[in-house]
Amino acid sequence: MIEHLVAPFHYAFMQRAFLTAILVGVLCSTMGTYVILRRLAFIGDGIAHASFAGIVIAYLRGTNFYLGAGIVAVLTALGIGFVHRRGRISLDTTIGVLFTGAFALGIFLMSRQRSYSVDLQSFLFGDILSVSAQDVLMIVALALVVAVVTALLFRALLYTSFDPVVAQASGMNAGAIEYVLLVLIALTIIISLQAVGIILVAALLVTPAAAAYQLTNRFAPMMALSALFGALCAVGGLYLSYYLASASGATIVLLATVLFFAAVGGKQVRLAIARRT
Amino acid sequence: MSDAIVVRDLAVRYENFMALEGANLTARFGEALGIVGPNGSGKSTLLKTIAGLLQPSAGSVCVLDKEPRELPPGTIAYVPQIEAVDWSFPATVWDVVAMGRFPRLGLFRRFGAEDRKAVHHALAQLRMQDLSDRHISALSGGQQQRAFVARAIAQEPRVLLLDEPTTGVDEQTEESLRRVVRELVASGLPVLMATHDLERASDWFDRIVVIDRRVLAIGTPDEVLKSGAYAAIREHTHTHGHLRTDHESHAGHAAHPEITR
Repeated sequence: MIEHLVAPFHYAFMQRAFLTAILVGVLCSTMGTYVILRRLAFIGDGIAHASFAGIVIAYLRGTNFYLGAGIVAVLTALGIGFVHRRGRISLDTTIGVLFTGAFALGIFLMSRQRSYSVDLQSFLFGDILSVSAQDVLMIVALALVVAVVTALLFRALLYTSFDPVVAQASGMNAGAIEYVLLVLIALTIIISLQAVGIILVAALLVTPAAAAYQLTNRFAPMMALSALFGALCAVGGLYLSYYLASASGATIVLLATVLFFAAVGGKQVRLAIARRT
Repeated sequence: MSDAIVVRDLAVRYENFMALEGANLTARFGEALGIVGPNGSGKSTLLKTIAGLLQPSAGSVCVLDKEPRELPPGTIAYVPQIEAVDWSFPATVWDVVAMGRFPRLGLFRRFGAEDRKAVHHALAQLRMQDLSDRHISALSGGQQQRAFVARAIAQEPRVLLLDEPTTGVDEQTEESLRRVVRELVASGLPVLMATHDLERASDWFDRIVVIDRRVLAIGTPDEVLKSGAYAAIREHTHTHGHLRTDHESHAGHAAHPEITR
């Protein structure tokens, strides 16, 4: 048993993959708490898709992956925040138009390259085993930024998530706080792209937090539980993918999906017991 | 002593209609000012503008000699008419009331013993101690309203704005709200409260202002009663009920004499 647990760590790339998986799992599911409670799931999905254009441009120009994707994701997040607050066009429409457009631009640029199908797949579905030592440094640095800002804004994010109007009247800048949150979500998505890919990152933002939401009715425990679920799914999924030779991102997300249904079931059982007594 | 809140020639326009026009009024320290008027008369608009949630299209609002948005965090506590919150949000009564402390804590200060004390005090003021651990979705309407007023008290604001807090609540809630308002007023706070319960105005307020898109009258409940504006509004709410949506046909009210003290 122990041998099976330790075996993957013989490879340096697996060590990096595990570190990345834990960071991504915890970060996504922590920010996912806000995504769920503020109903931003669609926005998260949109930012991930839009960042694809940035990735491809960075890739073709040979510049840093994180730089390209980061710039596009953050700009998109700010643009969405603006439309969300000021716009007269509905948010769904904006996301539908802009994000699929950016995504199409990425595929268009990519398709004009010769060997595009292989690379395209790793962008879309992630390739956690290809994370380099340099990538790990970048991921750790960005994760630290997100964690520190989130910790500082913890109360402001909580109050404005629950009751933005009253928070605003009491002197908090709900608008600015929302922009910061969107940028934090954008950074979280960027950090996660290599691990789980563009298509699946939205699931990691939503599913662990949704599972935690079933099991607690206070905010801080929900966030802690969500982070724990995220870490468990990331590590468990990576082990499974190692032994089943399956795609790591998909395995992680599938495990989270199973966990979510278990949480829903657990809640129903608990309610049934409560009703009987 | 200067006035706590000064509203000068205030006009607030929504996309296609004027919600308030040429409104002048002041609120003093240590007074409860009732804002009376029919539905759609601009009571909520007035409170939201004083809270800094709406921008004046003309005129000005001064709260403690500043524009509302320039006040230090925690200065104004506002309790909206309908809390449009997600009732399934993971929060207990304690959690909601504790939020009242957040504005003053800023980014770096910890939630400490003093903050817990203020939350306990606010819960006690509204007789909510026993419900402290209850999830907000498991509260009655009156209990929800008391929780939000408790949050405003926990904030220890310098100005309190209440938008029809007594609409649709039980008698016990109404009485504890009235007691809390009178205590805050006695401690020197200006309290502005919108209401359409005209009958008990003199139990609640030191002065009332009657509005219907404009200020029709302002003064003590007795003075306003004598001015006729009060009676006109009362008759008006009785005959038109709550369904009135046409603002234009009532501009004639503005002709009523204004009392200013």
